[in-house]
Amino acid sequence: MLPVNLEKRKDSGMFGDLRSGETRVIGKRTPRVDSIAKLTGEAIFVSDMAFAGMLFAQVKKSPHARARILRIDTRKAEALPGVRAILTGDELDYRVGLYMVDKYILAKGEVRHYGEAVAAVAADTTAIARQAVDLIHVEYEKLPPVLHPLDAIREDAPLVHPQLGNYDYIDTAFSPIPGTNICNHTKLRKGDIETAFKRSEWILEREYTNPSVQHVPMETHVAIVSWKHDDQVTIWSSAQSPFTLRNLFCMAFKLSHRKVRVIVPYVGGGFGGKAGIHIEPLVACLSRKAGGRPVKFTATREEEFSLLPCRSALTYRVKTGVSSDGKIIGQKMTMYWDSGAYADYAVNVTRASGYSAAGPYEIPNSWVDAYTIYTNKPFGTAYRGFGHVEFFWGIERHMDLVAHAIGMDSLDFRKKNALRPGSVTLTGEKIEEHTGNVLTCLKAAEKAVGYGRLTAGEKKREQRSGMKIGKAVVALHKAPAMPPFTATGVILKMNEDATVTANLSLTEIGQGTYTALAQIIAEHLRFPLHRIKISQETDTDRDPYDWQTVASKGLLLTGNAALLAAQDLLRKSYELASQILRAQPVDLDHDKDKVFILHNPEASVTFREMAVGYAFPDGRSIGGPLIGIGSYIAQGLTHLDKETGQGLPALDWTYGAHGIIVEVDEHTGEYNILKVASVFDVGKVINPDAVRGQAIGGMLQGLGTAICEGYIYDQEGHLLNPSFTDNKIPTARDLPLEVESMVVETPQLDGPYGARGVGEHSMIAVAAALGNAIQQACGAELTHMPIRFEDVWRSLGKKEPIDNWITKSPFGSCKSAPEIRKNRPVQ
Amino acid sequence: MVRITVRVNGKEYTREVVESRTLLHFLREDLSLTGTKEGCGAGECGACTVILDGQAVNSCLILAAETDGSTIETIEGEAKNGKLSRMQEAFHNHHAVQCGFCTPGMIMTIKDLLRRKPKPSRDEIIDGIEGNFCRCTGYEQIIEAVLDVTGQLGKKEGLRHVR
Ligand code: FES
Ligand code: FES
Repeated sequence: MLPVNLEKRKDSGMFGDLRSGETRVIGKRTPRVDSIAKLTGEAIFVSDMAFAGMLFAQVKKSPHARARILRIDTRKAEALPGVRAILTGDELDYRVGLYMVDKYILAKGEVRHYGEAVAAVAADTTAIARQAVDLIHVEYEKLPPVLHPLDAIREDAPLVHPQLGNYDYIDTAFSPIPGTNICNHTKLRKGDIETAFKRSEWILEREYTNPSVQHVPMETHVAIVSWKHDDQVTIWSSAQSPFTLRNLFCMAFKLSHRKVRVIVPYVGGGFGGKAGIHIEPLVACLSRKAGGRPVKFTATREEEFSLLPCRSALTYRVKTGVSSDGKIIGQKMTMYWDSGAYADYAVNVTRASGYSAAGPYEIPNSWVDAYTIYTNKPFGTAYRGFGHVEFFWGIERHMDLVAHAIGMDSLDFRKKNALRPGSVTLTGEKIEEHTGNVLTCLKAAEKAVGYGRLTAGEKKREQRSGMKIGKAVVALHKAPAMPPFTATGVILKMNEDATVTANLSLTEIGQGTYTALAQIIAEHLRFPLHRIKISQETDTDRDPYDWQTVASKGLLLTGNAALLAAQDLLRKSYELASQILRAQPVDLDHDKDKVFILHNPEASVTFREMAVGYAFPDGRSIGGPLIGIGSYIAQGLTHLDKETGQGLPALDWTYGAHGIIVEVDEHTGEYNILKVASVFDVGKVINPDAVRGQAIGGMLQGLGTAICEGYIYDQEGHLLNPSFTDNKIPTARDLPLEVESMVVETPQLDGPYGARGVGEHSMIAVAAALGNAIQQACGAELTHMPIRFEDVWRSLGKKEPIDNWITKSPFGSCKSAPEIRKNRPVQ
Repeated sequence: MVRITVRVNGKEYTREVVESRTLLHFLREDLSLTGTKEGCGAGECGACTVILDGQAVNSCLILAAETDGSTIETIEGEAKNGKLSRMQEAFHNHHAVQCGFCTPGMIMTIKDLLRRKPKPSRDEIIDGIEGNFCRCTGYEQIIEAVLDVTGQLGKKEGLRHVR
């Protein structure tokens, strides 16, 4: 229902006014609503919390990738003073799982990956708990692990989950194949692939790989749980998804949702790794065993790498058929996703990447087989980009290789095949004018890096440095990967002083959505921004439902719920004012302070007077606290047909492009990134600095993936580099010499003020841009990620690439070259 | 156990500590100054940076017992009388904070840098904060905040709209 009279005002459409462009707060530079607490050290993260009687947990972890657990002896640990609870898998019979219920809280009978939890202790101090864990003796019988997904799908491969056929799973979305290591097979069939290949002038088939990668939120996973009498459970967690966590927790323990409360205060980064459910059930069981005392578990950085999940590795095979005029007419895409030991999010990463697998291009005949494959490695989960960072390495490298093969400029090839109004996506969705504009993004990136030529300054730089400069432009897209029924709610409470407090349970993990939501609410209410507060801590007992804080869907879904709540608040204010002013609601208007009669503004009543109920001069009162409620659910999405993959999975598509300039030393393989220019069609900028922060932060995270990050295993499945010394992430030195951020604004018709999400997109396709520019500069043809200097060198010397991700002896480094950086480019 | 007396943000504390306690845990757990964060506990990430006797250090690598008689500055002492410092102000204005977990350590590192070099160049800022990981921001807005506070920002490009 529209608010009583607002439809006749210009800023009042359901999604805000998309046309007038006149906004007070939307699109304006404004600081974040949460930065002061973080800047003063006053923001309380779960890692900062302590409660009376709190115990500290430690976990005993498997040193093997695959082994039978023969015996666990906890007697010595039990005898240690200060130990309050010890748990082993034997006494716990609960399985958890987001899409596939396949994981015991503690390993039972068998360990499936290096670093898996086999026993846990809660004690008075961390030191005692650590000592107790050391005193627990586990006897294993080592079994041969299966480490590579392509080995794991061989007939004779050992099964990571022989019980796969008995597991519960979400069958509307996933298709496990019992008796194999394939826990999901996503299929997509569009058109007639065989005929298309027959008609093709050129066909090119290649394979691209990425290793597993760690999210590295600066705050590791942490939870405090107390399990009191009558199963009253309270969980404080660094989780991204309080309601999904509660739901999965209740399912695992068969508890009523009303008994379990999840509280999420400030969170020190998530990037997908803190979505779903992780350590909370184990910590809860320790608390229950310790008589309900609160138990705290803080993962060490090393545990973050192997006890907690990572991003799945991918092997991606693409076969493309192109017509004589450079149009792609058929493409077969096969993805082998390395799930690791448990399915967690990897099955859904597989599904989401399956239906986006071609990138923002129109492929009339396409065929996708995407497999999620169990192996004996730490398991994969959601990570910013949700599969797209990984497969875009393949698809955008592939676009360049195909273009080279057919003798076409790769950017022209992209433009020729890019999605445009009227195009049909892999799942059969028709692209409209308002879906967003890939071509504009490509052109902006092209211009920003001067694609296709070198400036005089760049030529001079080449001469001076003896290095070769290469440029590339890549395109990207992503839609939120979520169930079709994804929903959220917002409650707005008017305070006595006409400020407004918003309750919602989308979490603020650094992405900045709370600031954008405050702007949306302020804009719609016509209130100054400082009168809006988004309650920072989320609490499932007090806040309305939100599915999860993932998928770049928060701004659109919660933004719409916030708009609806603001409308509801105004409608109720108008109803109350109409009684006070004896006027019909349709004759009222409001400003930041009061509701008044449109043609007689003198007759007014302030929001302050109405905020918690209006009292007439004689004391009689009407109204009551003004509370606005907004609920929103994703509109028009469908399940995908399991055989053909056809349907409507995408809430919105955010398109983008990166342009990059790189210089490469042809002899050593060393390179420097001179510039990255990124552009995204965000629909509408709500907060320019926040968009830029996401654009640059994500781009550098994408460069981390591109230049150095990745899990290295030995051949027995031990993780060799679970630390920042051996698994580097970008520092300030890795920032390209020049960074540029641009936006296109093609309004999303059902987005708040036309906005769509952009949290993940900046990370996507950065690696491919780098690979393409390196090839353009020096000819190195790279198909494995990351791209370390020696990988370029090997490729130049036509030496075999080292697949050192399962290795006998690890190579590789991640090096910055500040001395070259100081030599700023002359453009 | 050893007895130590330290001056933290101008306030004196005397405590008994076990020899193995790090300065980081001493600050966070014994003094409840939780503004300083732990990102790795191994000297690799810089989240735990505090200023010890005028020098930025990774407090996870220092034993509290070694700091007897020292003067320590932490993030809690940065805002004075309810007013943000200029550096905090600049971080606020430039969105140099996202999740905020690296922020306290980052601010302390920069404070130390600016004492040694009141007008660091862009490259000197980069070298100065190189030991502080930030997974969220990509560092650019942090660098801009420092350039701004030292009067060197000039006209900022910002986000460009294209059609
Ligand atoms: S916690 Fe001290 S350097 Fe990471
Ligand atoms: S703001 Fe999150 S790590 Fe720096």
